[in-house]
Amino acid sequence: MDVNQKFTPQSWPKHAETATMEGKNKFVGIWMFLASDTVLFASVFATYLALKDQGPAGMEFTAQGLFELPLAFMMTMLLLTSSLTSVYAMYHMKNHNAKGVITWMAITVLLGLGFLALEIYEFYHYVHIGFGYTQSAFSSAFFTLVGTHGLHVVIGLVWITGLLIRNAKRGLTLYNAPKFFAASIYWHFIDVVWVFIFTVVYLMGVLG
Amino acid sequence: MAHDTHFETRSQAQYEYDRAQNAKHMRKQVTQFAIMIMLTFVAFAAVVADFSPYFIKPLILLLAGVQVVQQLYSFMHMDEKDAPHMGVIQFFIWGGGFIAFTFFVAFLTIIWW
Amino acid sequence: MSSVAKKKGFGGHIWDYLTTVDHKKIAILYLAAGTLFFAIAGFEALLIRVQLMIPNNDFISAGLFNELLTMHGTTMLFLAATPLLFAFMNAIVPLQIGARDVAFPFLNALGFWLFFFGAVFLHLSFFLGGGPDAGWTSYASLSLYSPGHGIDFYVLGLQISGAGTLISGINFIVTIITMRAPGMTFMRMPLFTWTSLVSSTLILFAFPPLTVGLFLMLVDRMFGANFFDHTMGGNTIIWEHLFWIFGHPEVYILVLPAFGLFSEIIPVFARKRLFGYSSMVFATILIGFLGFMVWAHHMFTTGLGATANAIFAVATMAIAVPTGMKVFNWILTIWGGSVKVTVPMLYALGFIPSFVAGGVTGVMQAAAPLDYQLHDSYFIVAHFHYVIVGGIVTALFGSAHFYWPIMFNRALNEKLGVLTFWIFFIGFHLTFFVQHFLGLMGMPRRVFTYMADQGWDTFNFISSIGALMMGVGVILLVINVLISIKSAPLNRRDYWGDGRSLEWALETPLPFYNFKQTPLVRGYDPYWIEKEEGNKEGMVYAEPIGDIHMPNNSILPFVMSIGTFVAAFGALYSPWGDQAKAGTAESVSPGLSLALLIGGLGLTIVCMIIRSFKDDLGYHVHKEEVVQIEKELAEYRAKGGKR
Repeated sequence: MDVNQKFTPQSWPKHAETATMEGKNKFVGIWMFLASDTVLFASVFATYLALKDQGPAGMEFTAQGLFELPLAFMMTMLLLTSSLTSVYAMYHMKNHNAKGVITWMAITVLLGLGFLALEIYEFYHYVHIGFGYTQSAFSSAFFTLVGTHGLHVVIGLVWITGLLIRNAKRGLTLYNAPKFFAASIYWHFIDVVWVFIFTVVYLMGVLG
Repeated sequence: MAHDTHFETRSQAQYEYDRAQNAKHMRKQVTQFAIMIMLTFVAFAAVVADFSPYFIKPLILLLAGVQVVQQLYSFMHMDEKDAPHMGVIQFFIWGGGFIAFTFFVAFLTIIWW
Repeated sequence: MSSVAKKKGFGGHIWDYLTTVDHKKIAILYLAAGTLFFAIAGFEALLIRVQLMIPNNDFISAGLFNELLTMHGTTMLFLAATPLLFAFMNAIVPLQIGARDVAFPFLNALGFWLFFFGAVFLHLSFFLGGGPDAGWTSYASLSLYSPGHGIDFYVLGLQISGAGTLISGINFIVTIITMRAPGMTFMRMPLFTWTSLVSSTLILFAFPPLTVGLFLMLVDRMFGANFFDHTMGGNTIIWEHLFWIFGHPEVYILVLPAFGLFSEIIPVFARKRLFGYSSMVFATILIGFLGFMVWAHHMFTTGLGATANAIFAVATMAIAVPTGMKVFNWILTIWGGSVKVTVPMLYALGFIPSFVAGGVTGVMQAAAPLDYQLHDSYFIVAHFHYVIVGGIVTALFGSAHFYWPIMFNRALNEKLGVLTFWIFFIGFHLTFFVQHFLGLMGMPRRVFTYMADQGWDTFNFISSIGALMMGVGVILLVINVLISIKSAPLNRRDYWGDGRSLEWALETPLPFYNFKQTPLVRGYDPYWIEKEEGNKEGMVYAEPIGDIHMPNNSILPFVMSIGTFVAAFGALYSPWGDQAKAGTAESVSPGLSLALLIGGLGLTIVCMIIRSFKDDLGYHVHKEEVVQIEKELAEYRAKGGKR
């Protein structure tokens, strides 16, 4: 059977993302990767917790004085909303609405870009006021944790943008449906990690 | 694998039923999203409102945990029992979560100086 | 596409292996690369033992000794044992579960090439200013201050090869979960497939902490971060934790497939069903789980406190229970069987007592108070060599004999194999048995020499003689392999006559698609069931002969790995590193460093984009071609392997 076969909404299988063997493999594979990524983030997170507010004697910056909640709140809202928009994209995939998938995924990318811009601004701001990567153990741990998450966002954006460009005109097939689905799952996972980051790093950081 | 996938075009009635189900499912997910937004508000508000840290910290961790479960089961479709190998996937994700938990405990208790 | 008739030049063969995504060929690549690094690390071990043969020896300098012992340990674990086990996993697991290939053939190739280039990168250190010299554990308090680029090579090389291992691990998990033939339920999977699954799961969860640890070390040394630098608020204990969170499961990552291999060998030659199959599965999973909960037993003397030490001591001792279950199951499989003592069986019989000895000393060290005495002594060296050589290397040698017929359609010489076994086995016990006593007498590990007349002279001499015997044994095995190339092809199924699982039902040489029809599995030990029922085909089929979908070859994995290899040089010669700033390590201009870094990673990313934008749908081997290939193979076998 040809994976590039054209479908109508009526002939489109109910679970298109796992309808083929390749799709099933991709589906299980992305989940296995995320299980592994959970442990990766746990390691960076645990390192951050161990090194929080640690630095050379007379260190200027601690979490309590550094973090600002309004920015973190805006970033959270952007990322949470982008999670919902990618759910919308998957909803349209179920109904074999290629245009809907492309549109909502594009909105997801825009929201992700907004998040990334705020994060870059935040990092720039910190470096500007003297809280650089090499300033203390705390700064190294902070930038590594949040930066690892930011890197995941960048990868996700490049991935989804690539999918959008490649599949802009050719409609939904059993070849690209699993790819969209995997990208969407990955994007949600980025949000899952962010939930912990805004809670543990920002909120609990401000609490001291 | 060449020939293990066969598709049958759904009947009109089945197709309409599935569409309605999808829409219903989507409405559920929007509700979940609304709850998540609300939980986020509560978490930020609790910190801004300046309650005792002994109250706020467990609360916002709990809220984070609820949000993560919502993401996993609603947005990431871990609630779909008919998805292939979902049991194995759940085992691996929660296994990873458990191992992550041991890291936190260890790094908060037996790293010192 | 015929697998038999096509004639290729030498260059064609090279290209074929560079681009292959066939699990059987990748297995051969893993086997060759693993053997190369096994030989290098073995040679390093010999140099170490020659240096320690007599007291006050000055055969090699102290600095070189440190580099040798570091590279011996690192290479043996990451670059020899892991790829050799991957070789057998690649070669056998898809056959055991009735699959035509792995779930992600492209990633399979990528995993190999990343591993290979990481390994090559690490070994280039010897030619570019000296190898790493802080031990395979590379504790941060030591390695942060090691001058030169040795540690940087270690960090970057392991980072690259670790990424490859992680990718392979995910690939195997997905393969075993989704690609099983109809009827191959979880509780019908052969033990080697089970242990491969659990071991891949451990890779999945254990390699990310290593990746993080290595990354922290990388930025600390090369880009001025402060994770482990206590003057800047850092903490070196973090490295120890991250390393052992990875390092302890790594031991099980290696030993579980070895258990699996013996669980395949023993029933075949005891000619009896594996005793206690479900308890073996249970024990495997339990070992995998407990393997994650015990890492701090490597850190008893770090000073974690009595509570933590007690928890980890008890958890460690608990591992002896599932391991003991396995040992008893193997013994009870042999018990009452009609045993054929072939070379693989000899290795299995040698394995059981050797491994038990290694396990028992492990339980001794699990007792935290005793560990304070044993820590960093030769007792530890004896213990883990008993586990690794007695457990893993015997499994690798035994399975090489066992699976050679399937992998190469040739058999290894039986007589030479027996001789090899005895020389290696006696050499192994000579080397490491006496080291227990050296440790108890107080000889610390990782010392480059020692004073005479402390009672250590004789035992060290014996130990070195044993090491030389092991070296002779390995050379004999290599000779055996070389002889086998010239031997007659087997062209048959079930070489040992008592094969039980699906891989033995296939006639060698295998077609590239493994199974012309997907088999239907009717129970545990499917081939045995079919033999009992007189089925000459060896299996029943789940589908009629039809088109077979196969993946396309690709050069991209190779190029992607070269990209990371180039980028690693950019990071290595970074001018922002502590050592570079202090002038104790060479560096290049910031521009060149960044150019290498961005250029290398850019090459990798471009390959990824090509991969995403060019649809790779694979190709179909049509029904007529399948019939034709099967006919040619049958003729080839009938003619005794002559074209």
